Amino acid sequence: MRPRNFRETTMTRHTPSRTMRIGAALLTAALLSSTALTAQAETPPNMLVIAQRIDDIKTMDPAESFEFTGADISRNVYEALVDFDPMDLDAGFQPALAESWEVSEDGTQITFTMADGHVFASGNPVTAKDAEFSLRRAVMLNKTPSFILTQFGFTPENAEETIVAPDEKTLVLKLDKAYAVSFVLNCLAATIGGIVDMETVMANEVDGDMGNAWLRDNTAGSGPYKLASWKPDESYTLDLNPEYPGDAPAMKRVIVQHIQESATQRLQLERGDVDIARNLSPEDVAGLESVDSVKVVDELRGRLMYWSANQKNEMLSNPKVLEAMKFATDYTGMQDSFLKGQYINHQAFLPKTFMGAIDDLPYSFDIEKAKALLAEAGYPEGFDITINVRDAQDRIDIGQSLQNTWGQIGINVEMIVGTGAQTLDTYRAREHDIYLGAWGPDYPDPNTNAGTFAYNPDNSDEAGATGLLAWRNAWALPDMSNETLAAVVEQDSEKRAEMYRELQREHMATSPFGIMFQQIEQNAMQDGVEHFVAGGATTAVSYWVVTK
Amino acid sequence: MTQATTNTGGGRAASSFPPNWLKKFVSLAFTVAITLLGLLFVTFMIGRVMPIDPVLAVIGERASQAQYDQVYLELGLDKPLIVQFGIYVGDVLQGDFGTSIRTGKPVAEDIARVFPATLELATLGTLLGVVLGVPLGVLAAVYRGSWIDQLSRLIGLVGYSMPIFWLGLMGLLIFYGILGWVAGPGRLGVFYEGLVPTRTGLLLVDALIEGDWDVFKDALSHIVLPACLLGYFSLAYISRMTRSFMLEQLNSEYVITARVKGLSEWHVVWRHAFRNIAIQLITVIALAYANLLEGSVLTEIIFAWPGIGSYITTSLLANDMASVLGGTVVIGTIFVCINIFSDLLYRFFDPRAK
Amino acid sequence: MTSHTPTDAKPGLKAWLLSDTPQSRGQARAAAWYQGWLKLTSNKLTSLGLIVLTLLVLAAIFAPLLATDNPFVQDLGARLKPPGWEGHIFGTDSLGRDIYSRLLYGARISIYIVLLVALVAPLLGLIIGTTAGYFGGWVDTVLMRITDIFLAFPRLILALAFVAALGAGIENAVLAISLTAWPPYARIARAETLTIRNSDFIHAIRLQGAGPLRIITRHVWPLCISSLVIRVTLDMAGIILTAAGLGFLGLGAQPPSPEWGAMISEGRKYILDYWWVATIPGLAIFAISLAFNLIGDGLRDVLDPKEAGK
Repeated sequence: MRPRNFRETTMTRHTPSRTMRIGAALLTAALLSSTALTAQAETPPNMLVIAQRIDDIKTMDPAESFEFTGADISRNVYEALVDFDPMDLDAGFQPALAESWEVSEDGTQITFTMADGHVFASGNPVTAKDAEFSLRRAVMLNKTPSFILTQFGFTPENAEETIVAPDEKTLVLKLDKAYAVSFVLNCLAATIGGIVDMETVMANEVDGDMGNAWLRDNTAGSGPYKLASWKPDESYTLDLNPEYPGDAPAMKRVIVQHIQESATQRLQLERGDVDIARNLSPEDVAGLESVDSVKVVDELRGRLMYWSANQKNEMLSNPKVLEAMKFATDYTGMQDSFLKGQYINHQAFLPKTFMGAIDDLPYSFDIEKAKALLAEAGYPEGFDITINVRDAQDRIDIGQSLQNTWGQIGINVEMIVGTGAQTLDTYRAREHDIYLGAWGPDYPDPNTNAGTFAYNPDNSDEAGATGLLAWRNAWALPDMSNETLAAVVEQDSEKRAEMYRELQREHMATSPFGIMFQQIEQNAMQDGVEHFVAGGATTAVSYWVVTK
Repeated sequence: MTQATTNTGGGRAASSFPPNWLKKFVSLAFTVAITLLGLLFVTFMIGRVMPIDPVLAVIGERASQAQYDQVYLELGLDKPLIVQFGIYVGDVLQGDFGTSIRTGKPVAEDIARVFPATLELATLGTLLGVVLGVPLGVLAAVYRGSWIDQLSRLIGLVGYSMPIFWLGLMGLLIFYGILGWVAGPGRLGVFYEGLVPTRTGLLLVDALIEGDWDVFKDALSHIVLPACLLGYFSLAYISRMTRSFMLEQLNSEYVITARVKGLSEWHVVWRHAFRNIAIQLITVIALAYANLLEGSVLTEIIFAWPGIGSYITTSLLANDMASVLGGTVVIGTIFVCINIFSDLLYRFFDPRAK
Repeated sequence: MTSHTPTDAKPGLKAWLLSDTPQSRGQARAAAWYQGWLKLTSNKLTSLGLIVLTLLVLAAIFAPLLATDNPFVQDLGARLKPPGWEGHIFGTDSLGRDIYSRLLYGARISIYIVLLVALVAPLLGLIIGTTAGYFGGWVDTVLMRITDIFLAFPRLILALAFVAALGAGIENAVLAISLTAWPPYARIARAETLTIRNSDFIHAIRLQGAGPLRIITRHVWPLCISSLVIRVTLDMAGIILTAAGLGFLGLGAQPPSPEWGAMISEGRKYILDYWWVATIPGLAIFAISLAFNLIGDGLRDVLDPKEAGK
């Protein structure tokens, strides 16, 4: 039962005795099932097979896609004006579809010069007109991730004046303020900055949707791969983009299979059915240590695990109470047990490796101190609160640990587990006491987190700023909000980084956010697989550099 | 189904114009329609009274209020509930179950994709249950109190008592994880994906039509374990029912008469008694089949089987109500149809029902 | 429990119960029950079921005394330890909690759920079935149509939908299971009512001026109850399995509650290296539902002569 590479011959259909064949098949089947049905030994050399949870994909349209898995696909299918080099993520954004850019003197206009030689999978060359179309389209469609672009002042109404390609080689962006250039370019490197093939997309337009429906399950990019198929909850397959001008990737085909369970992913890896398993639990990673043919590669990702306290709750708005809860969290206990290897204690709102990130850990597990603080706050007997947790095992485990340690200082916690939407609903309506959440950066710039953890210009219910974490927790922070705003227009990068460092220290000391951990992704793979880069804290996976 | 409406009105006594069978048919169709409408209504209401916001499921965590309002209007949530229900029923009648927010595809298309997987699994499971369960039940009745009767009883008891998700987990661990006899979760190994064109959607059948043995073997290796698991549960049910039907027959007068006449035991059991329970048995098998179709939810989840059960459950957990509604209606409809089928069968063929 | 020779304790009472000529109605009734009991316990498997169930109920009642540890206290340093490790009979789970102690407390939850559903669902069925049967006509048509609609639902999916709508938790799981379990009871109750409705004694009561509410609750209900009780006993295992299924999907009892289905769900993550975490609660569920099935089976043998053993 060797797997075949690609089908070379099409089967000729013999008609004579189908019934006989079926009969024979059933007989064979009976024989087979009485012996053993063995699984295949290894995957084909030019094919990358990955076991992963991919049921979060909703669409492949870069203007709408906002899920982790969607970002993986977009990165391999679409190119952006600037991009990250998978072999050197720390270098930050690099020229990609744009070979260079210039900033006007007042800082409000950026002029890109397009690079030559990029071609879409359709064979059309990539021009500034495509870039103009793609960015305007993202603004005009106004889907969830559009804020990444509209924060620079682009609106569906003014997009035709502010995003302009005067010729095939030049693209001009007119901003409403003199933003830090690094901020703008980092945002253009996000999924929403992916450039689509205008001609192909518009040929598939339905009812003025700018190809939104078609791009859900089709792709039209200039990246190394194109989408071959997507079966929701089952798998997606990427094939080589024949027009891709760069070095031909070693993997001609990438198949990502949706496997929910960690144990199953591990078994498949051990049996050689897959090359890479991406969602292994710490226990399964430990279990793989004894398997020689498999290695585990750790990579720091941008996701933070935190709890936050609703400031509408009088008890929880007491700074001493918040401090007590931060001290009554068993950071190392969790990190060294059920989160082992997959989360590292991190207490600042910028993930490590981000510009301006800090490693300060002011809080450590200290029950006595926490008790004293709670008594100082006027609650020596503690109180009752609820915590909203979504129904994922690692979050439930963290929730139970908090329940346990907060219980030791007298804070009696009732855990409310719900589906993602249920818990989110409560959170956005500001109806929670404590929310246990995870937050991943939306684009690779410090403002992505500062702008939500430390920014809330109008704390009234009417403001409805449901996208801001600070607002969701009803936390009014006028000074910090202003500092956050000041940081995005600071042109000096070192100064800008320092502003974020200060902001985080202040935030740590006073905020109702108990940031606990940063994610480490542990990808287990066959020994021969090299250069598998999941994307660090800033971007997504890059299949085109993988070899095996 | 009540006989209250037999009043034919007017004075025409003889040869009533709408013939009796037509009237029965119309009344049956009416009953079915009402049941299905009720099914739709209950599901729809559950979906709407959920304390969860359907808009959020569409737009996700980061959306702004303006985007929220836009989607709110797009989903027609500003209209009164009853109007929303009317629109929904109208769409369903045209075969439009709406669009899944989770997969972005029409729900009807999704169901067409996932349903064959469930059908294949349930069919194979029922087949196993029948092939093993019927003889076991007959033997248990004939050799009442013997070891084979005890065995059938034990199988039944264990089958009724076992948490299916746990047994599936253990089966997977032992037969896939430790022994490696069968392929793991899912329906087909990734390398075999897309090798045979989809004709029926039943992979085993498609592979046979195409004559592709590798695909067939791989698909079989995947389906064996979950099918055996489901087969076991239907075996438990079918064998117990067969046993009790047979016992009834074997104690009846005509069987005793036949025995007295000196017919061979084999003849008595199979030609007389078994033939008489055939209709009852078909009813039971139909019900077992329907139960597997709807009851394979947990099995599908354990085995990552991309069928309608896991589709509905995943959608439910993601608040994708259009998919849940569509899936439930399809399953409910099938269930109702199977029930009516076995009901009719029973009425027309069972001598005692006449 | 299984043998009962005449020399057993209290021959006087036994003789009284087994008397061929009962002196009073009470004695006759007690004798009938006792005969049934003897018949029930004469079956070894049924006795086994009774013993297992009794043990489980006792374990649930005396959980605080029997438990070796607090079922909620975590010890992250002693997680996923195998059975027998430092006095943990069944080992520890992923948060270092003692599985044996959690199992004992979990028995309480299972029994609590079963009892509640066994009260709510038949009651619901009783009300609907007797109402439909007693009044007949359009009331009957409407109520039975509703019953058919609920019967047409995929049960687990309907329960899932209800829990999703109501929010996860034990009480809501009970409500959801009850809402999916009542239709068969309604049908039984209706069938019983139809046979009683036109009996002379009901006519007589009606002539005395009793209203429908009084007739249904005082005279129809008592006659329906015995057949409902049998059916409930047979359904108990199914209730347990459904509740465990909900727990497994994370929609039943909520953490840190030691519900068995939820324990399996937590343990399946570790199944490859730490088999006991998911296996032991699975065996517990199996044991309790097998016990209920054995009892139900025996009960049917006693009450249904057609099915009676040799």
